[in-house]
Amino acid sequence: MTSEYRFTHKHVLGLADFSVEDIQAVLQTAESFKEISSRSIKKVPTLRGKTIINFFFEPSTRTRLSFEVAAKRMSADTFNISNSGSSTVKGETLIDTARNLAAMNPDCIILRHPRSGSARLLAEHIDASVINAGDGTHEHPSQGLLDLMTVREAKGGIAGLKIAIIGDIAHSRVAHSNIIGFSKMGAFVTVSGPATLIPPGIEELGARVSRSVMEAVDGADVIMALRIQKERQQDPLFPSLREYAKFFGVSQNVADAASPEAVIMHPGPINRGVELDPKLADGSRSVILEQVTNGVAVRMALLYLIMGGD
Amino acid sequence: MPGLILLKNGRVIDPVNGIDQIQDVLIVDGKISAVVQPGTLPEQVGLVYDLAGKWVVPGLIDMHVHLREPGQEYKETIATGTRAAAAGGFTAVASMPNTKPINDNQTVTVFILAKAAEAGFARVYPVGAISSGSNGEQLAEFGELRQAGAVAVTDDGLPVGNSQLMRRALEYAGNHDLLVISHAEEMTLSHGGAMNDGALATRLGLRGIPHVAEEIMVYRDLALAEFTGRPIHIAHVSTRESLSLLRRAKEKGVAVTAETAPHYFTLTEKAVDGYNTLAKMNPPLRTEADVAAIREALRDGTLDAIATDHAPHGELDKDMEFDLAANGIIGLETAVPLTLRLVRENQLDARRMVELLSVNPARILGVPGGTLSVGAPADITVIDPEKKFVFTEESIQSKSKNSPFLGWELQGKAVLTILAGRITWGQDTFSS
Repeated sequence: MTSEYRFTHKHVLGLADFSVEDIQAVLQTAESFKEISSRSIKKVPTLRGKTIINFFFEPSTRTRLSFEVAAKRMSADTFNISNSGSSTVKGETLIDTARNLAAMNPDCIILRHPRSGSARLLAEHIDASVINAGDGTHEHPSQGLLDLMTVREAKGGIAGLKIAIIGDIAHSRVAHSNIIGFSKMGAFVTVSGPATLIPPGIEELGARVSRSVMEAVDGADVIMALRIQKERQQDPLFPSLREYAKFFGVSQNVADAASPEAVIMHPGPINRGVELDPKLADGSRSVILEQVTNGVAVRMALLYLIMGGD
Repeated sequence: MPGLILLKNGRVIDPVNGIDQIQDVLIVDGKISAVVQPGTLPEQVGLVYDLAGKWVVPGLIDMHVHLREPGQEYKETIATGTRAAAAGGFTAVASMPNTKPINDNQTVTVFILAKAAEAGFARVYPVGAISSGSNGEQLAEFGELRQAGAVAVTDDGLPVGNSQLMRRALEYAGNHDLLVISHAEEMTLSHGGAMNDGALATRLGLRGIPHVAEEIMVYRDLALAEFTGRPIHIAHVSTRESLSLLRRAKEKGVAVTAETAPHYFTLTEKAVDGYNTLAKMNPPLRTEADVAAIREALRDGTLDAIATDHAPHGELDKDMEFDLAANGIIGLETAVPLTLRLVRENQLDARRMVELLSVNPARILGVPGGTLSVGAPADITVIDPEKKFVFTEESIQSKSKNSPFLGWELQGKAVLTILAGRITWGQDTFSS
C-alpha cells in the first residue's frame, strides 16, 4: 500500500467497487481493532456521537447483531428497524422510508434487503453512508471481507491459495462477494454444486466452474460450504435434500481430497448434515466461529473507515 | 382556400407507388389530390410548405402502443398518447388491450375510439384481447370486438400459455377477419426474471430471462399458424434465434409477420447496468449478437415492421428496486431518430424505413394508409433527416417520461404530421 493511499468510499455497496488497496485497508484496520473485543472493557470512543441505523428487511441474527456489537464497541448510537416493525408494511416505499430515516440525520444506514441493488438505490437517495448488509442475490460485502480476514489469519496470506466454494452459487450473495474478493486478492476460486445452482457467466466474476465437487476441492486450501435455502425448493433445482447431501454436501470424504491443512468455512446458518457434515463444522479444521468473531472486527473497521476519518 | 395544403420540393418516398424523388404534393379536402413534378402545379391559395431537404412519406403507423386509458390515466391518456404519436410522426397507432378494464369487449373498444376521435391527434386501431380478462381461459368476444372496430387480438403483456386456446384463437379469428398477435414468452422459463439471462444478470444478482423463453413460444405459435393455416404476427422480437425461426417459417410459406422495437436494435443489456429501471422491459434488452441479427432481419425482410411498444410508466412504477419496477419504455417520440441512425449507418435505406414504419404496418393490420396515392386520405409525415436535438423530459409530449434515451443527442425527426389533411404536429415549430 502506498503512503498516499486513502480509503475514500462513502458507501460499502459491494466488493466489486473495492480495489485491492481498499480491501487491504479494511483488513489491516480490522486486524488492529480485533483486540478491542478481547479486552475486559470492550469499548472505544472512536464513533461517539455517531448515529447508526440497522435497517433489516430480512430475518438476520448474526449479521444484524454483529453490526450492532461493532457499532456499540465504537461508542456509536445504534437503532434497529426490522421489516415487520417498519412502515413499509403499511405500503411505504423503500425510498420514502429511507428519506424519512435520513431526515433524522443518521450518519450511516446498514441495509439488509431482499432485492438486488436496493443498497445502491438507498445510497442514491439519501445523504448518509450506506452499508450493504446483503441485497438480494447481489452482494454481501462485509461477509466477503470477514471471510478474507479469516483466511488471511489462518493461512498468513491470500494470494495463490485455492478456494473451493460448494453449493448454491446462484442465489448466494456471499458467494458473489467471496468470488470477487478472493480473486481480486490473487486466490484461485473454484465453484461447484448442482448445475442448476451455478449461474451463467459466473466465470466473469473470477471463478472457475467444476462439475465435480471432488475435483473442485482437490488440493484446496479453503473449503467453503454454502447454505441450501430450503424455501427455494419449489423451483425444481435438485431432487431432495437427501440427494443433495449425498452428492454435493461437504463430507469427510470431500474434505480429505483437499490439502491436509485446509480450513472449513460456512457463512451460517448451517443446515447440519445437508451442505456440511457436523463433524467437520465442529472439527479442528473449522474456522466457522472465527468467521463470526472476525465479523465484528471487520464491521468495526468499515464503520471507522467510512465515518471516523473526519 | 380552406383544406388546401401544398407540400413543395420535398423528397417524396412512397414505396407502394414506386416513387422516391423530389415532388410536390397537393392536399385538397383531406385527400391527396396530386403528386407531381415541382413547379407544375398552378399557384395555390392555402398553406404552402417548402420542404427542400425534407422527406415526405406516408403517415407512420405504430402497430404496438399502450395508451393506458381506461384505467391508468396517470401514465397516459388516449389524448396524451396520440399527441405523442403525432409529435413522433405517427398518424395511426394500434392500442394494446391491457387497459383496466381489459379491452376484451365492445364497450371498451367503443370507448377507446370515442376518446381517440375527441382527441383528434391520430387514428387509433384498438386491439382486443384474445382471452376474456386476458386470463388465458376463455376466448373474448371476437365478433363484437371486430364490429366495434378492433383490428386484431392479443393478450399482450402476457403470453397465451395454453396452446389449445391459442389454436382456437387462430381458428376463430378467421371468422371475424382479425389478426392474432403473439406476445411470445414461455412463462415457466422467464419465471419472474428481470433482465436478460447471462453474466451481467449474475453480476447484478438479478434473475434472468433466457432467450429460449421467447424462442420456444415463437416456435409454438409459428407451428400453430402453419397448422391452422391462419396468419399470425409476432410482437417485439428480441432474439437472434427467434429470427432464424421466422426466416424458416417464411421460407415454408407460413403466413407470419413480425415486428421489433427501436430499443432492440439500439441498446443491449448493458443499458441495465447500475440497476437502471428505465432500461427494464419485457422482452428484455439482449446482447450485441441479437442487436446485429435484428438489424440484418430488418434489412432482409425477416422482420416486417418497426413498432415502438410505447409503454408509459410514471415514477410510481419505475423509481424503486429493479425487481419491482414495471417493464417498458415510451417510444413514440424516439422511433424516427433511432431508425434514422440505421439509415445513416447504411443498414437500411429510406425506402425500407418507410416500409417498416408505414407500408407494412398498414398491410399487416389491414387498415388504410401506407401510401401517397392520389385519392387516399392525406395522412402524411414530413421528416427532417438532419435535424439534431437533445432528447429531454421537457420535450416529451407523452404524459410519462420513462425513456432510456433521455439526454441522448439524436438526429432526424418528424417536423410536420398531417392527419387527413389536418396538421396535428409541427404547425408552430415549422414555419410555412
